[in-house]
Amino acid sequence: MRYIPLKTAALAIVSIAASVLLAHAESLAIRNCTWCHGSSAQGYTPAPRLAGQRALYMENQLVSFRTHVRNNPFSKQYMWGAAGSLSPQTVRDLATYFSSLPADAANDGDRELAAFGRTIYQQGLPDANIAACVACHGPNAEGVAEIPRLGGLAYTYLKRRLQQWGEGYHATARPPMPRIASKLSRDQIEALASYLSFVK
Amino acid sequence: MVGIMKPMKSHPSVHAGPTCGRGRARRMMRWAGLQLPLQAALLALIFSATGRADSLDGSLAPRGGFEAKLQYCQDCHGPSGQGYRGFYPIPRLAGQQTQYIENQLRAFVERRRPNAIMANVAHVLSPAMINALATHFRSLNPAPLGGAPRQLVAAGRQIFEGGVPDANVAACAACHGPDATGRDQIPRLAGQLYPYLVKELTNWGKERGQLPAHPDTSFIMAPVAHSLTKSEVEAVAAYLSYLK
Repeated sequence: MRYIPLKTAALAIVSIAASVLLAHAESLAIRNCTWCHGSSAQGYTPAPRLAGQRALYMENQLVSFRTHVRNNPFSKQYMWGAAGSLSPQTVRDLATYFSSLPADAANDGDRELAAFGRTIYQQGLPDANIAACVACHGPNAEGVAEIPRLGGLAYTYLKRRLQQWGEGYHATARPPMPRIASKLSRDQIEALASYLSFVK
Repeated sequence: MVGIMKPMKSHPSVHAGPTCGRGRARRMMRWAGLQLPLQAALLALIFSATGRADSLDGSLAPRGGFEAKLQYCQDCHGPSGQGYRGFYPIPRLAGQQTQYIENQLRAFVERRRPNAIMANVAHVLSPAMINALATHFRSLNPAPLGGAPRQLVAAGRQIFEGGVPDANVAACAACHGPDATGRDQIPRLAGQLYPYLVKELTNWGKERGQLPAHPDTSFIMAPVAHSLTKSEVEAVAAYLSYLK
């Protein structure tokens, strides 16, 4: 007899938890994202990690796919279509959901390059007129508001994004990134991407 | 173009870039009997046409030149010097007093004002360059970024124009001017970013005048910043952040 309330309580807890999980799992919009971005949204090359990303940043990116401001080949191929028909409310909901997930660091950069990457990130390269990333992206590359979290993103993703500015993609995005990233050399980009991939 | 040629010629990355059309360009040069300047100019055109800006960067414009340094400032402080809300608030430079900017850049280098990022930036700037950059930003007047709590503006105006007599805080306008445009080493505050003003006034004793052996004008503000309450700081910052 005395086990029954306990069992009931346990069942209630399980079913509530399950319904929350199922509500997420059954959200078609979320599943459409996680096909490529990974079931826990940790990213799967070339789709970046969404877990723990700044919500406002993700909202802006979804808009920039729809308006074709973000125009690199993978964006065109996948994200223009994926983001094209999302309602503003769905965009907000997805951004809020993914921003709330815990994020793992990719840890897949070149460890030997990371020290130079850290120098660029934290101090900039004044002689080369390269601004210190930390001023906007924060001491742990955590980002804020519309400024993305970079810490722990995958090396190849970071490297390609940084290269793409210099190749002329996303040219109509708002300043300052198109110009700042265009100043980075290949070595500097690889060092930065390596460093950032290890930042928790 | 004159400024472009030297680094183009001397920088090794130029020769490591894509070679499409280069041999032909050389033959054309020889044929026409033209000298290096035109060759360099032509190379610049070829490379910019291939869109491979990444392999050339730093070599197109002289890195220590005014344009490059101005862009460097703009990268963080905004194209019109209007400031930027990064992880840390990056202050507005537009309309700022040249003497104030010069003094602050020296303060970063001398560690009177501890700021690792700006110390690095300022360290490589000559006094002439600093003057040229400060003069440029002084001439700009973009609209303020805004974004502060509007309901604080009226109280902030009261403090700015009348001070806080009970706390022995003088009217800010007495030194910074009725329009908050500043004078000489006294900074313009009009249109400055709200979070930046709050941060500076809140941390005055830790961020300014940190070299007792080399006292500077920041000591004037120390008792004022110390006497203002948190809500007074926020109010006066809100008022100033909207001021054109």
